[in-house]
Parts: sequence; C-alpha cells; structure tokens
Amino acid sequence: MSFLLEPLTYEFMQRGLLASVIVGVLCAVMGTYVVLRGMAFLGDAMAHAILPGVAIAYILKGDLLIGAGVAAVAVALTIGLFTKDGAVKEDTAIGILFAAALSLGVALISTMQTYAVDLSHILFGNVLGVSVSDLWLIGGLSFAILLTVAVLYKPFLVISFDPVLAATLRLPAELLRNLMLVLLALTVVVSLQTVGVSLAAAMLVTPAATAYLLTRRLLPMMFVSAAIGALSSVIGLYLSYYFNVVSGSAIVLTATFFFLLAFGWKRLQKAS
Amino acid sequence: MSHTPHRLEVQNISIGYGNKVVLHDLSFQIPHGARVAVVGPNGAGKSTLFKALVGLLPVQGGQILIHGASLGAHKDCVAYVPQREEVDWRFPVTVNDVVMMGRFMQMGWLKRASAHDKDAVQKSLQQMGIADLATQSIGQLSGGQQQRAFLARAIAQEPHILLMDEPFTGVDITTQEATLRLLDHLQEKQVTAVVSTHDLNLAGTRFDLVLLLNHRLIAFGTPQEVFTKENLAQAFGNSLLVMENGMMLVDECCPPEEKFTIDD
Repeated sequence: MSFLLEPLTYEFMQRGLLASVIVGVLCAVMGTYVVLRGMAFLGDAMAHAILPGVAIAYILKGDLLIGAGVAAVAVALTIGLFTKDGAVKEDTAIGILFAAALSLGVALISTMQTYAVDLSHILFGNVLGVSVSDLWLIGGLSFAILLTVAVLYKPFLVISFDPVLAATLRLPAELLRNLMLVLLALTVVVSLQTVGVSLAAAMLVTPAATAYLLTRRLLPMMFVSAAIGALSSVIGLYLSYYFNVVSGSAIVLTATFFFLLAFGWKRLQKAS
Repeated sequence: MSHTPHRLEVQNISIGYGNKVVLHDLSFQIPHGARVAVVGPNGAGKSTLFKALVGLLPVQGGQILIHGASLGAHKDCVAYVPQREEVDWRFPVTVNDVVMMGRFMQMGWLKRASAHDKDAVQKSLQQMGIADLATQSIGQLSGGQQQRAFLARAIAQEPHILLMDEPFTGVDITTQEATLRLLDHLQEKQVTAVVSTHDLNLAGTRFDLVLLLNHRLIAFGTPQEVFTKENLAQAFGNSLLVMENGMMLVDECCPPEEKFTIDD
C-alpha cells in the first residue's frame, strides 16, 4: 500500500497524477476520431508543429500553452491554405509543415542556454513541473473539449461514418470538420506538459486503437479508450517515479503494452 | 390530380460536374405518393439527378421545389439510398446504430432516443427483414443485407420522398423482394418513391410513372405513355431489344452483373 501511497505524499506528484489522468482521458477520447477518421498523421504533425510556438513562448517567458495554441491554429490554417483548390495534396502539405515547424522549433530551442533540459521537457513532457495554475488550465480546456465532443456526438458520428447522409441532412460538414481539427489542436496543446509534443500523437492513437480492437460501437469505444488512457497515465507515472524514467515515455510505453495485450487477445480469439 | 400539392417539382434544372453538363433543362412534377421509375441508358444522368435532388450536387440554373419550397427548406423529408454506400465499413457501428441515424433529425441532436424513435427503428428493421441482425456490426453483413440496412434507415427517417438509386442491381433475390414489398408499403403510406432501375419490365409493371432520361428528359408519364417505340429508340438507340411477348431487354455491352426479372 505504501508503495502506492508514498509518491502521493509529494504535492507535485499529486498534481502530476491528476494532470496525466485528465490528459490521458482527453487524448483517448479525441483519439477515437483520430483513429476512425485516419488522422493519425495529422495528429503527429500537429504535435510537432506547435514546437516553435512553445519555444518562442519559452524564450519570451510567456505561457507555453498560449504559445502552443497560437502555433497550432497557425499550422491548421496554413494546411488549409496550401491544400485549397487541390494545389498541394493534404498529406504533402502536412509533411512539409511538420518538418519545417519541427526544424524551426529545434533551431529556436538550440539558442537557449539550458538547451538539453528544455528540449527534453518540451519533447517528452515534464509532468512533475505542473503548477496549480497549469492544472486549472489543463482541467478547464479538457472539460471544454470533452463537452464539445459530447454535445456534437451525433453530428461527428454522421460526418465520420457517412458523409452522404451528412449532406442529405444538411449538416454543416465543412464547419464540423474544421471544428474537429481545432479540438485536435487544443488536445495536443493540453497534452504538451504531461507527455510532451513527440509523444502526444502516441496518446492520441494508441489507447483508441486498443479500444477499437475490443469494442464494436463508438460510445463503448470512447469509454474503453478513456479507461486505457487513464490507466496508462497512472501506471506510467508510478513506473516513472520508481524507475526514474521520463514520465511521458513511461506513459506511452504502458499504453503500448495494453495495445499489444489487446492485439494478442484478438489474435487468439480469431484462432479459436 | 392537379388540385393536390406537388410533392416534388423540378423546373428547368441543368446539372453537371464543373463545366460538364450531364443533364440539360429538366422539368417535371411528381405528384403526392407516386411511385416513379427513372430509366435510361448507362451514363444518362440518373445518379446525377438523384444527387441534385438531395443537394449533393448544385443545380446550374432552374430550381427544385419540395412541397412548393426550395430545396434545403426541409431538413429531412427527403431520404436517399445511393447505389453503393460510400460509408466507412470498418466504423464501429451496429445495424441498429445505422438505422437510428435516420432518426437523428427528428429526435434532435442532443436528446436521447425516445420510445417512439426506438419503435420506428425496430419497425424499419422488421420491414426489411433484418431485425435479427440489429446487433451485428454493419461491416459483417453481406452486400444485400447492408443495402437493406440503409433502406431501413431511410424508412426510419419517415421521409415524404424516398430516392433509391439502382436498388435492384447487384443484390440477392431476398433484397430485391424486400425492396419491392417496401415500394407497396410506401404507396400505402403515401410516400413518394423515386427509383432508378435498369429493368424496364419492372419499371413498366411495378411503378405508376416512368421518367425516361438520356441527358435530357425524353418522356415522363404512365408506363404505357412512355414505353413507345419512338421514345425508347431515342433513349437507347439500337441497344434495345423488344421480344415478341413484350419483354424489353437493354443490350449493354458487358453488363456489370447478371440481372433477374421478377414476374410477380
């Protein structure tokens, strides 16, 4: 028991745990759409694209989340601009921006004096550095995103499953699709502090992909995904505490372990 | 019939993709509760017409009126079952979930399904003979069963106008029969049904009106009025064979699949 309780005697661990669970659930729920709509590449790109925004905010000693948010929106809009009228294919546009933003971010960070530490915090998260105000921001944004997903459950289901029905029901499909991109960008921004930019994409994809193997309907998939996301965050954080590894990595590796379990189980089920 | 309000009225519409106009200057009026067969050779613009009628393709000039109001004024009184659903078959939804989507507009986007919604879904599933498949994933069904699931969704929508694009092509007999029974049921409920088909005999026997198309409207009226030698020659050219017993066959080079004619 003390094995479980000991880390929680530190306030930074309590905050870290809470932040990880919130982000784990948020990423897992948004991740169902990322997996079902084939947006994994976009999620990955989005995560890396916010790096320059974070770096600039860091240099200016501003709020990292705001810097990340501005960068995410800028990248989303630029992807829209490049792909307008089919000038450049979407995955190509994403690829170009992804690499450019990552390079710009690393270039900016390399000018900092505490380069190595700062870069690792931004790339892999620093869950133990979550302040009380960070926690409020993470909680508030997550609540807003999850509420939007809940309210728009049916329209998102229809535009994802059957675009033709969406058109006949006169849903504003374009608007809903853009809204989904904005929600995705915000999710990546929120996960910055716990798992970092390079691992946010994994938290978007892995729990949802695991849930996809285990469920046959969208709502259960979301709940199972959320449970796996939360569990991975808790277990990962304890592993990080006891084995002194980076928290983001520990969380993502735990989620990957769950995926492998589900994959193996599915295989066995098919074989029998 | 002229005093009843027209359910569907098309005035001088042209439809196409970009600069390529597929249908020129189309005008017709479909009365209340009629069963209309849309026939014409391959590429005549049948699917194009359907897409325009549900608003998937913009019309280039002219207008489409439903109950006298322009397209879009009514949100869900038109249901559409495309030739082949362009849905994500691996999406985690059951047959029941798919049919329930037909109720979304009436139940509202925030409310849970009411007893009436569930009842409408159940009845639609039974009507199409797939009630026992309700909890199956949509991707596990056969092609014909999938089509019946989407027809069930269209009925669950309780539309005033139901558009079906080639529902008799490439499906099993059970699905064909379920679809034919659905047509009769729709007529009892005074729902207008507009159905495209390759099967001229079916169009002549099971429908009240026939719309003959070949990039423009060639004829519109009762089967007797429409299926004249001149009209058919205009629409199909030499590819039509009329057998001595009155059976009509369209000779399309390399048809996609064998077709059946149901004489009941």
